[in-house]
Amino acid sequence: MNLYEYSGKEIFRKFQIPVPDGYVITSAAELKPYTSPVVVKSQVLIGGRGKSGGIKFAKDQASLDQAVKDLMGSKVRGFTVNKLLIEQMLDIKKEFYLSITLNRSERKPMLICSASGGVEIETVPEEQIFRKSIDPITGYSDFIGREAAKFMKFDENLSKQLRSILSKLYDVFVHYDCELVEINPLVMNGDGRLIAADAKVIIDSDSTYRHPEFPKDDPERTPLELEAQSKGYAFVELDGIIGVIANGAGLTMATLDALLLHKGKPRNFLDLGGTDSTDIVVEAFDLVLKAKPRAILVNIFGGVTKCDTVASGIVEAKKKFGISQHIVVRLSGVRENEGREILKQNGIDAFSEMMPAVEKVVSLAGGA
Amino acid sequence: MKVIVDSDTKVIVQGITGHQGMFHTGEMLKFGTKVVAGVSPGKGGQKVHDLPVFDTVSEAMHLMPEATMISVPAPLVKDAAYEALDSGIKVVYILTEHVPFHDAMDILYNARRKGAVVLGPNGPGITRPGMCKIGIMPNTIFRKGNVAVASRSGTLTYEIVNAITQSGMGESTVIGLGGDPVPGMDFIEVLELFNADPDTEKIVLVGEIGGSNEERAAEYIKKYVKKKVVAYIAGRSAPPGKRMGHAGAIIERGVGTAESKIKAFGDAGVDVAEYPVDIPKLLR
Repeated sequence: MNLYEYSGKEIFRKFQIPVPDGYVITSAAELKPYTSPVVVKSQVLIGGRGKSGGIKFAKDQASLDQAVKDLMGSKVRGFTVNKLLIEQMLDIKKEFYLSITLNRSERKPMLICSASGGVEIETVPEEQIFRKSIDPITGYSDFIGREAAKFMKFDENLSKQLRSILSKLYDVFVHYDCELVEINPLVMNGDGRLIAADAKVIIDSDSTYRHPEFPKDDPERTPLELEAQSKGYAFVELDGIIGVIANGAGLTMATLDALLLHKGKPRNFLDLGGTDSTDIVVEAFDLVLKAKPRAILVNIFGGVTKCDTVASGIVEAKKKFGISQHIVVRLSGVRENEGREILKQNGIDAFSEMMPAVEKVVSLAGGA
Repeated sequence: MKVIVDSDTKVIVQGITGHQGMFHTGEMLKFGTKVVAGVSPGKGGQKVHDLPVFDTVSEAMHLMPEATMISVPAPLVKDAAYEALDSGIKVVYILTEHVPFHDAMDILYNARRKGAVVLGPNGPGITRPGMCKIGIMPNTIFRKGNVAVASRSGTLTYEIVNAITQSGMGESTVIGLGGDPVPGMDFIEVLELFNADPDTEKIVLVGEIGGSNEERAAEYIKKYVKKKVVAYIAGRSAPPGKRMGHAGAIIERGVGTAESKIKAFGDAGVDVAEYPVDIPKLLR
């Protein structure tokens, strides 16, 4: 779950990581009178706001009013701006990069720093990036910050500030169950202070129950994906024509891959999961039908999810929704014979192997 | 040789009175696993499949369990795992999905401190045909043999194990690592075990997009593994930035693509199957 910049900065403020003075508005009426130069920042959950015109600078009341008028309600790379962050303009002398994220290969948190900030870290040459894994049992310790400061060639004053920020940033990473906390840029201001000019905080989606205070805005999901998510399905919309229902994430992915290798274009990823209930199957059909596929492939390897349960669900869904599309079914594993019998009585032949089912559905769906 | 478990391994089930815990305990008993007790706070004194149920793990320790299967809701998993580790359990298998990865990290590093092994979260467990099954893999797909399988997914593992068995071969050990970003074991740790196991002659790795587990495994194979290794990678068709069901199965910032994994395996001399059912052909 991505947090908006202003939420991230509220967290930083709470943990005493220096951020610019500022406030959030949801309408022009909430704007305070101009006193000093400010930055007006669109609050959208995507990167590259500056380049897309989502950030404006104001040096008097008129330009502030104009910036708010231009940005509020506008679209930044397709996302509507409903909130603006009005922030004191910094006197930027230097920009740095700081983040803590999960290093999946070591299964540990990892600190990443660079003296080249303000650009995407992917574009920074490897030799200018400092990386250090942090043992989750000991957590952050000052030596880590000293190593980072030395790498970045900081003097004692900057080093002290950096170490203070890193220690607090690690606390944020742990306290909010983060996948990523990123400050880019971390700015050295005209007065020599280090200030977090931006805040990117991503909370592990399996931990959101521990952090109910944040809104679950997810601009990267389609309305149908959000509906599926609220019903507990792992569901991803794709741009093809063949609807897919399978069980288990790995098998579902393998099904999509097999379709593609046979020049079939999947319309979606839908993992039924391991629940043995016909209702789950019926609801899955409801979701897939809403995506308007030309044909539907059901690929089940029965284990916890039993083949006869799935078969009954398919029959029920067919009656309930009056499905006109071709449905191709593959059943294997626990209670496959019972499942195949149920389908046969209702005029559906089920395959026992995956590949013939894939070939069949591709031929039935026809070309794109 | 013992590979995490053997036929003498005694097992408890934390969360045995839940729907999943109860069902899979029955299946494990049918498989021949020595399940000795269940643990469910507040349910002590009950019986499930004729096994005693205790309120705490420490009360079950007189039965000498060495392993646990944890099937409790995600917010309770960390405490359950800590309880098992504190009591001296050496194999902690976590069935539960949606465990916060910060919890998984804490469990893993505390387990290492105590010399214990973690399997999962969100994986199907471990099966050694003819010896012991801890987890949820279907009993019927196995035959004792010399192929070891390690996988990041559940049903896809069953598909491949089934294909191996149908082709006339059999399995020595099948391990599901789990589909989360912080699994208790990675491919390298499992490869070390398979490499040392005299009952294993061939190895199958079932990977998927996301992370660099497969790439690192390929490097390890190149250096240390003389046994035949074949692989399958799920997620060739996955678009970047979309989680394909598993929290760990996501291509982020160009890292974790199927192409990169297939290439790494190719460079290590590991044949990669185009379809799951092609694995037995590659093993011959």
